[in-house]
Amino acid sequence: MEERILTCIGCPQGCQLKIKLDGKKVLGMEGNNCKVGEKYGAKEVVSPERTVTSTVRLDSRRLRRLPVRTKTDIPKDKMAECMKELNCLEAHVPVHRGDIILKDVAGTGVDVIATRDAEE
Amino acid sequence: MISRDIVVIGGGPAGLAAAHAAYEAGARDILVLERDEQLGGILNQCIHNGFGLHTFHEELTGPEYAGKFIDLVKKDGIDVSLKTMVLDLSEGRVVTAMNEENGMFQIKAGAVILAMGCRERPRGALNIPGFRPAGIYTAGTAQKLVNIDGYLPGKEVVILGSGDIGLIMARRMTLEGAKVKLVAELMPYSGGLKRNIVQCLDDFGIPLLLSHTVSSIEGKKRLEAVEIAEVDEHGKVKPETKQRVTCDTLLLSCGLIPENELSRKAQVEINPVTNGPVVDESLETSREGIFACGNVLHVHDLVDYVTQEAEQAGREAAAYLQRKGRENKAGEKLFTLKPENGIRYTVPSYIHPQEMEGLLTVRFRVGNVYKGKFLSVYLDGERILHQKKRIMAPGEMEQVVLQKKKLQEAGSGEIVIRIEEE
Repeated sequence: MEERILTCIGCPQGCQLKIKLDGKKVLGMEGNNCKVGEKYGAKEVVSPERTVTSTVRLDSRRLRRLPVRTKTDIPKDKMAECMKELNCLEAHVPVHRGDIILKDVAGTGVDVIATRDAEE
Repeated sequence: MISRDIVVIGGGPAGLAAAHAAYEAGARDILVLERDEQLGGILNQCIHNGFGLHTFHEELTGPEYAGKFIDLVKKDGIDVSLKTMVLDLSEGRVVTAMNEENGMFQIKAGAVILAMGCRERPRGALNIPGFRPAGIYTAGTAQKLVNIDGYLPGKEVVILGSGDIGLIMARRMTLEGAKVKLVAELMPYSGGLKRNIVQCLDDFGIPLLLSHTVSSIEGKKRLEAVEIAEVDEHGKVKPETKQRVTCDTLLLSCGLIPENELSRKAQVEINPVTNGPVVDESLETSREGIFACGNVLHVHDLVDYVTQEAEQAGREAAAYLQRKGRENKAGEKLFTLKPENGIRYTVPSYIHPQEMEGLLTVRFRVGNVYKGKFLSVYLDGERILHQKKRIMAPGEMEQVVLQKKKLQEAGSGEIVIRIEEE
């Protein structure tokens, strides 16, 4: 059995969650003042996920970098690999908000999309 | 001199939402003046996600959020002048501006919406002793260098101040390969959102030292190290706690100041607490026909609230033009909002009930962390709201909603907002 301590991000209160778990199974939680904490904590200890936002090189006359993000959250432990793949990439104009820049980043099945337009 | 119905100064999130809302409210002759070469303001460099949860019910990045409003303004066909710097604004709403194309020019505006945003508190305002080497940036400058220009300003970073931009940059620079050694915060609590502390610091094992500051700066050409020390309850450095931390970059995230040089030129009254204009229920300043919204009015933490406020300013400016020629508000019933006991300020400061929209959002900040206290509103001495709050903190803007009906029924006098024990 393992005990993990997390800060809930559900509201400014930031409850300290004490979560007891056995492998991937949550056995109990203390410290949360509401259900938001319960839900957050359970997800966060078993499979934490994050959206990665960064920029990639762009062949535009006006913009040096194109801002991008993963379309949905990806597992937290894939963030570094995702950044590595993005740093090797160059996008081409014209590009529009929502265009796919990279498919299936770091083997997560999630695409990376552009977050702004760049016409020329 | 050209004349325009509505001139919006600033093409960031506030200016865009105000212009679009004014258009929706029937105004057509609208001009947005923006000094940058693109619309969107600071959102262009805020490439992280977390914007728009309230407005669009999805988590967007800064450029995406701005993009949605840029599209709306384009669809409306609203005129925009980019690379245009406003130099002066007179009490009588004459805007003096310049750009490459037209040189210097003047516009007589029916109504003006101030949406110039804010800027960061620089090193010079922080009184950190030591040399002035390269490698010291405000967090927002570093953000622009990394996200817009594509440069990493340093490899070993210390961040002073735990405002949201500083926290965001801790994560951003870590992801780009820099080593962020620590974040020092002078106050015993962080001014940043909880979510940012967890996702930008805890995720990467970056320590947050509360009640700490940078007491000295070392290095002549390039920053070589900083001295970090704990402070006592008066903010004074405890000499025995000083420690040297090597670094080549120091980022400052020590607060934002509304940019009101133009407002002052127009003799607009400024609230010394917010450093923004004093406004009434219509977000109109002390100068007739000049409205304010967004971070130039008071610094927000969420762009969603900037949008709501700016949309109101846009509607009010349009309404002002439509009712022109009617007697002004001067003779009407007036309430003064009084922040008390832990509430630092309110926006607005005054309310003419007759001019209110049906519901009015009053925004404010508290001066400390309050747990399990009550938020109360008194109208002419009678308590009309009494709400238990699990937590209120300086880093998170609070709001209450007032009803026009209730204010119309009351006499005229004071509305007191305060924090109470029970």
